[in-house]
Amino acid sequence: MEHVLRFIVRRLLQLIPILLGLSVLLFAWLRALPGGPAQAALGERATPEAIARYNELFGLDEPLIVQYLRFLGRAIRLDFGTSARTGRAVTTEFLERMPGTIELTIFAMIFAIGVGIPLGYLAARRHGSWLDSTSVIGSLLGVAIPVFFLAYLLRLGFAVELGWLPGSGRQDVRMDATRITNFYVLDGLLTREWDAAWDAVLHLVLPAIALGTIPLAIIVRITRASVLDVVNEDYVRTANAKGLATSTVRRRHIIKNALLPVSTTIGLQTGLLLSGAVLTESVFAFGGVGSALYDALFARDFAVLQGFILMLAIVYVLVNLLVDISYGLLDPRVRVR
Amino acid sequence: MGDVKRRRIDELAARAGQVPEGEGGVSLTRSAFRRLRRDPVAIIGAVIVVTFLLVALFAPWLAPRDPLAQTLLSQIRPGLIPGSQEGFPLGVDNLGRDLLSRLIYGSRQSLMIGVVSTVLGVAAGMALGIIAGAFGGWVDTVVMRFVDILLSIPGLLMAISISVLLGQNQYALMIAIAVTQVPIFARLLRGSMLVQRGSDYALAARALGIRKRRIVFGHVLPNSLSPVIVQATLSLATAIIEAAALSFLGLGDPDLARPEWGAMLANAQAFLSVRPELAVYPALCIIVVALGFTLLGESLREALDPKFRR
Repeated sequence: MEHVLRFIVRRLLQLIPILLGLSVLLFAWLRALPGGPAQAALGERATPEAIARYNELFGLDEPLIVQYLRFLGRAIRLDFGTSARTGRAVTTEFLERMPGTIELTIFAMIFAIGVGIPLGYLAARRHGSWLDSTSVIGSLLGVAIPVFFLAYLLRLGFAVELGWLPGSGRQDVRMDATRITNFYVLDGLLTREWDAAWDAVLHLVLPAIALGTIPLAIIVRITRASVLDVVNEDYVRTANAKGLATSTVRRRHIIKNALLPVSTTIGLQTGLLLSGAVLTESVFAFGGVGSALYDALFARDFAVLQGFILMLAIVYVLVNLLVDISYGLLDPRVRVR
Repeated sequence: MGDVKRRRIDELAARAGQVPEGEGGVSLTRSAFRRLRRDPVAIIGAVIVVTFLLVALFAPWLAPRDPLAQTLLSQIRPGLIPGSQEGFPLGVDNLGRDLLSRLIYGSRQSLMIGVVSTVLGVAAGMALGIIAGAFGGWVDTVVMRFVDILLSIPGLLMAISISVLLGQNQYALMIAIAVTQVPIFARLLRGSMLVQRGSDYALAARALGIRKRRIVFGHVLPNSLSPVIVQATLSLATAIIEAAALSFLGLGDPDLARPEWGAMLANAQAFLSVRPELAVYPALCIIVVALGFTLLGESLREALDPKFRR
């Protein structure tokens, strides 16, 4: 157990330079923008006097290193200023919207894993069949299609034309649901407002499919390749030769070993989805972090952009750290280094 | 960051330049090329890519009309965009311009964005990778820490930040996409150079007293390139898709007259319920080209990589 702990502590320590580097990059980014942070905070039509006053007020006329340390101090307390558009604290807005994005990511990954692993497994077991070729072609297409286009198609087809599923928002606006955690599905379950929970689930279906398509394609490919690899291993032949039941070989030898590379893919993709829902969320006006980022982009709301990108990058780094640690736990070979 | 992510890139790198068995007397490049020619997937990929390159090259001769002329503007009303008709095989866009001609001309801009950004990304990534891989030691540590920081920002967010910084123009778009590719190539090349540096022939060259620079550029580097070539081919697909995404986010080429698939697709979303074809055709172009590069890249990987050899 001790070496596992040491492994985890070492990985945590390795985070520090990464996070510091990130903060330097984003600090430099805001300074390098035309007009700098003052313009960013006051908007494009700010007068030179206003900018000078702002610079003095917030110490932007001081040496860069002092400014950076001050920025870092605030960043550690997760204080990224206020949005130029809504006038609210960036962090508050982020925390309010993050549950939506987490919910969307979870549903997208349920879709991708639930369809991807069985499909990849079947494709590998029926190597060369029509199912195999279809899933290979499908997984190539899934990566090639622009996400926002797929999202629009789904919305047009299933929400606008057929009307089967809601095409925007996180919940029907007429629904007077009680909020506890801002995870709408969870809130509905906690408060026993079943119709609210169900409505939130329905709102998640189309965005989750759109967002989950790329991970789905990747999971199918990796599962298929990995099962094909494992099936030809000596230990599988041995297990078959010594007369183990097919189902036992499948469960204990094939699936268990084949899923190791798949699990890391799942982890990496989850990290990407949490940060990359910008396109999907904005098509479905989903109200998570992604659509806020999209709005901030069009309004050139730099405080929001800086804060959101930094916090999303931190989330991404943390998710990847979890992936690393769990991979270290799953596969003892990794820990040795 | 992400140990796993880094390890995955390193694994790709480690497989570079392993000598296949039973093919003595034929150079690696030639034997790879021979395998490639026999692979139907590679042929399909190559045919797609070459076709689109030819279309881009000969656009002025192939396009039936001027892509900028708003010929049928008078026929357009809210909720009505004329479809296929005499002289306009795919109909016109929301400003009355011939869609087919715009698609043909658009191939130029889209392929150029893909190629330029990938070349930039590969060049910068390789420069970093060579520095790290050739010097090793603290130089390697510093360069790789920097690369890890770049890897810790999700690609799309990085591209967004850079486009915002550089302003809205097509060069900013290319640079933004290029930067997202730099860390991958740096890590890939550095990894495969490390493997090659430890190989017997590099040791032999050192024992013969050959100068370091000559070993690195004459032996180690050429043998480390195959994963980079594969990844670059795959990156061409990613770059074109990413350009479309940035266009959708309003960070694309501000010159809307200049036809480009990503911008056409993004622009067509507003008319999706009136005439979905306006979005479908550019999307199909993007998908097919991306597919072509992906197929070519995957079969290149199989041809160059002994592990995949069957």
